[in-house]
Amino acid sequence: MAKRSNEPFAWALFSVGGVWAAFLMPVLLFLYGLAIPLGWIGAPSYEHTLALLRHPITRLVLFFLCSLSLFHWAHRFRYTLYDGLQIKHLNELIFLFCYGGAVVGTALAGYLVWKIPWQ
Amino acid sequence: MEREIKAAPAYFGQPPKWYHLRVSTWWWLGRWQFLRFILRELSSVFVAWSVVIILLLIRATNHGPEAYAQFLEWLKNPLIIALNAPSFLLIMFHTTTWLNLSPKALALGGGGRRIPDLLIAVPNYIAWLVVSTVIGWLVLRD
Repeated sequence: MAKRSNEPFAWALFSVGGVWAAFLMPVLLFLYGLAIPLGWIGAPSYEHTLALLRHPITRLVLFFLCSLSLFHWAHRFRYTLYDGLQIKHLNELIFLFCYGGAVVGTALAGYLVWKIPWQ
Repeated sequence: MEREIKAAPAYFGQPPKWYHLRVSTWWWLGRWQFLRFILRELSSVFVAWSVVIILLLIRATNHGPEAYAQFLEWLKNPLIIALNAPSFLLIMFHTTTWLNLSPKALALGGGGRRIPDLLIAVPNYIAWLVVSTVIGWLVLRD
């Protein structure tokens, strides 16, 4: 039997991650990356942020957003290096760096989301 | 008359070399369409950078009010803001190119007729605006 390719699975993660990043990242980066540090709007208090983050839905959304976005990055960045810089000879190394990074990032996101104080 | 067939061609033992067209590493700088393609691909790096910011926010909140205040100060670092400004533009580029492609991904229709692209893309943009507004409200309603 022919060996099955993992490519459709990687592509599915890339695609779902692309949707999550497209919908959620602009507003989050605008708020935390520009509007709050530049003083356009006041920063939310620690108590409010903690109350928001500890909600189970927030935990799940942040975990999936971080993990799927990283798999989206892994797939796209891998092909950017292949096509853009044409370094196909480093195939295995690039694969390990991209998907390994996404797996490590997913584990880290799971750990941090779990460690948000429950009470 | 039968033709004599040689056992092996003359180049036996020396397989012909593959023809490789040499393409410059910077081929994508030649045309706007190529540069646009690479910029769209590179937007993923800034998606990953946004993940780093979110993880740092969660980590700081886990460590208490002081760490959270330090995180907010760190965000004010001019270098971080200088990185976040183009990051935001490229993530918006990712969002718009992604939503513009939604009619291609959702080729809905029946009876040989497809729903017009705008009828698929516009609801996606509306959904994106609604989601962004809700998140903004949740973060800032303090």
